[in-house]
Amino acid sequence: MIRVESLVKRYRKAKRNAVDGIDFEVEAGEFFALLGPNGAGKTTTLSILTTTLAPTAGRALIDGHDVVAEAAAVRRKVGIIFQRPSLDRNLTAEENVRFHAILYGLYSYAPIYRLMAPAYRRQVEESAALLGLTREIFDPIRTYSGGMLRKLEIVRSLIHRPKVLFLDEPTAGLDAPSRRTLWQYLTTVRRESGTTIVLTTHYLEEAEQADRTCILNHGRIAATGTPEALKAEIAREYLLVDAADRRRLTDELGRLGLPLAGSGPFQIPIEGRSTHATLRAIETPLTLVRTHAPSLEDAYLEIVGRSDE
Amino acid sequence: MSELSAVAVIAHRDFVKLLRDRLRIVADFALPLTLVLLLGPMLQAGYGSPGGLNLTTFVFTGVLAQTVWQSAALGLISLIADREEDFSQEIFVSPISRYSIVAGKIIGESLVALPQALAILVVAALIGVPVSLTVMVALLPILLAMAIYGGAFGLLILSNIASQRTANQIFPFVMLPQFFLAGVFNPIHNLPPVLAALSALSPMRYAVELIRNVYYGTQVGLVAPATSPLALNVVVIAASLLGFIVIGTALFVRSERNR
Repeated sequence: MIRVESLVKRYRKAKRNAVDGIDFEVEAGEFFALLGPNGAGKTTTLSILTTTLAPTAGRALIDGHDVVAEAAAVRRKVGIIFQRPSLDRNLTAEENVRFHAILYGLYSYAPIYRLMAPAYRRQVEESAALLGLTREIFDPIRTYSGGMLRKLEIVRSLIHRPKVLFLDEPTAGLDAPSRRTLWQYLTTVRRESGTTIVLTTHYLEEAEQADRTCILNHGRIAATGTPEALKAEIAREYLLVDAADRRRLTDELGRLGLPLAGSGPFQIPIEGRSTHATLRAIETPLTLVRTHAPSLEDAYLEIVGRSDE
Repeated sequence: MSELSAVAVIAHRDFVKLLRDRLRIVADFALPLTLVLLLGPMLQAGYGSPGGLNLTTFVFTGVLAQTVWQSAALGLISLIADREEDFSQEIFVSPISRYSIVAGKIIGESLVALPQALAILVVAALIGVPVSLTVMVALLPILLAMAIYGGAFGLLILSNIASQRTANQIFPFVMLPQFFLAGVFNPIHNLPPVLAALSALSPMRYAVELIRNVYYGTQVGLVAPATSPLALNVVVIAASLLGFIVIGTALFVRSERNR
C-alpha cells in the first residue's frame, strides 16, 4: 500500500537532512506506527506521504501512485489527521464535514444543509449518531471539547473512504479518558473498513498497539519490526538479584557460569533459562529478587540511545 | 463540475467567516469609515474646494477603491497564516487543483470586500455625498472587478513570502506607500518625475483612478479631479491582473511544496 524508497528531505537553509534516506513498506490493512523523539522526522515523512511537501530525493508510492508525479491521485486515496486541528472554528461541525465532502468531489456545492444531496444528509446523520453528537452536529465547533473535535476530524477524514489514514500525533493534548475513547473509536473504524493506518506518536502505549513500529531518530530508521520483535531483540528479559554479601553472590554466580551485569543489584539475563531453576541454584541468601520484562519503552530508549552515539 | 463546487465552497467559507467574526467586521469597517467620515469632511472644511473639487467626495472615491482592493489583497495574503492552522491545511491536502484554491480564495475575498464597499457607499450618502442609483449600479461590477484585481495582487505577494511574520513586516513597504502613491486622498498628477514614476508603479493607483473615472463619469454635475484616461486605466488593470494571476499562481503552487 505504501512504499518509501531512499527518501530524503532537507529543508531550505537547513544544515542537515530532516529525513535522511529512509526505506519502508506498509501492507494494505496494516497499522503502522512511526515512533521517535521530537525532531526525528516523523511529521516531515508524513507531509511528504500526504503530498504537502516535496521530497529532496528518493520517492514514495501510495497504492502505486507517486506522491510527486501523481499527487492528485494520492490525495484522493489518503485521509489525514493533522497534528494541529484543522477544523474551521467559525463553522459548525456539519459545515466542516460538508466542506470536506465537496472538496473531495463527493457532492455538489449547496449553500445550506437542506439543499445538499439526500445521500450526504444521511451520511451526516449516521456519523453524528456514531459519535453521539446527534444534537450538537449543527453547533459551532468552538463549543466542542478537544476529544470531540478529534473524533469529528476522524469522521470527516473518513468520508471519502481513504485507503490510508495518516494520523500525526492525534492524541497530543488530550486527557487520558479522551485518548482511550479515541482509540476505541479508531479500532472500530479499522475493523469495519480495513483502512490502512499510519500513525506518528511519541506515546509508547499507542505504538505498542501497532502491527509494526518503525523507530526514527535524526531522520534515519533506527529499528523496525513488530513491537514484540523490537522488545525481544533489544531489551532482554533479566533477573535482578542482590545479596547482603555481594562478594559471595558474585563468586557463586561465577561458579554457576551465569553471566551477570551491574555492580549490584546484579542483572542475570534470562535468555531461555528457567527463572525457577536459576533461583534454586543460588544458595547465597538474596535480599532482592525481581524479574524484569522489557516494555517497548525500554526498547525504544535503548534504540534511540544507541543511534545517538 | 466538482472543481467548480470546490471553488464555490472555498469562496462560501470566506464569506461565512466574515459574517460570523463580529470583531473582524468592526475592524474591517473602522478604517474606511473613519477616513470617509472624518478625513474627507475635515479636508473639505479646512481647504475648501480647490478648483471646485469637493474633497469629501474625492476622499470617498479614493477610500472606496482602496478598501475593496486592499481588503481582497490582504485576504489572499491571510492564506499564509491559514496554511499552518485551521481549515486551510484541509484545503491543501484535498485533491482539487491548486488553481481552484486560488480562484475560490480570490472570489471569496472579493465577496468579503463588497459589503465594506456597500457600507462606505451608504455612509457617504448619509453625510451628503451625491450617490445616485445609477452610480451605485455602475460601480458595483467595477468594485467587484477591483476586488479581484486586489486579490490577484495579494496572490503575487503571497507567493513570494514564507511566513505571516514576513507578511506583517513587508506591509509598511507594500501597502502603506500605496495609500499615497495611489492618490487615495492626495493629488498624484503634476508630481515631480521620481514621485510620478513611483505613483505609476503602484497597482492600487489604477483601481482608485478607474473608480473615479466611473464615479465622476456617471454622477452628473460634479467637478472631477485629474485622472488618467479610462481606457489607459482599464488596459493597465487588465494586463497586470492577468500577469499577477499567471505568475502568482505559478509561484504559489511551486513554493507551496518546496519548503
